[in-house]
Amino acid sequence: MEIQSCVSILNEWDIVAARQLGRNVAKELGFGTVDQARITTAISELARNIYLYAGEGQLCIDRLNENGKAGLRIIALDKGPGIPDIRKVMEDGFSTSGGLGAGLPGVRRLMDDFNIDSDPGEGTEIRSTKWLR
Amino acid sequence: MRIPILKLNDCLLISIQWELDDQTALEFQEDLLKRIHETNARGVVIDITSIDFIDSFIAKVLGDVINMSRLMGAKVVITGIQPAVAITLIELGIRLDDVMTALDLEKGLEKLQQELGD
Repeated sequence: MEIQSCVSILNEWDIVAARQLGRNVAKELGFGTVDQARITTAISELARNIYLYAGEGQLCIDRLNENGKAGLRIIALDKGPGIPDIRKVMEDGFSTSGGLGAGLPGVRRLMDDFNIDSDPGEGTEIRSTKWLR
Repeated sequence: MRIPILKLNDCLLISIQWELDDQTALEFQEDLLKRIHETNARGVVIDITSIDFIDSFIAKVLGDVINMSRLMGAKVVITGIQPAVAITLIELGIRLDDVMTALDLEKGLEKLQQELGD
């Protein structure tokens, strides 16, 4: 069973909207304040990556219920330039934008599951899930 | 909406009361440096009790403004970091190593007075 809500990421304000959506869903599902902060932070990093590197894309939140386990999945989708070297972007401190380089490896640590799919020239899809404990 | 910056003797006090968007964070950076320049402030306390998450962008803006203030001769203390914010910052991989922090505004001001030696 899945219910999905999405936010189009076109500008900086959409990053705020995506965070608010994520935080609301996390609250609804019963996540505690620390997990709410983890989820909000992860969404912010992924939405900002779309804005910075792809220009536009979508950030969706799935409410999951698998075998009685509730969870929240973040899906970040864009048709940007793609990531040529995924291993490189998963290294702490690697950044091409003058940022802190904490984004993707950080998101992986904040969430439970993390999956990245990218084709250079085609775009990038990142899926990351947090399960309710 | 701009973040208000209050002057108290030779210190500046800021309480960030709402979720920071990118634009507000960058405006705050400029506003604070201007106020330090105008008021000759020697110390700054930034209270973030109401902030419930910090991502890498906000962390970078905060870290940068602290270093910029230091260049101008003002010391900055961050106060009121919530447990959830401390946990997510470290998990995200952000270490604000050289940043002075205190539990709340009161302790932050005390710390600043000690640092400034009066």
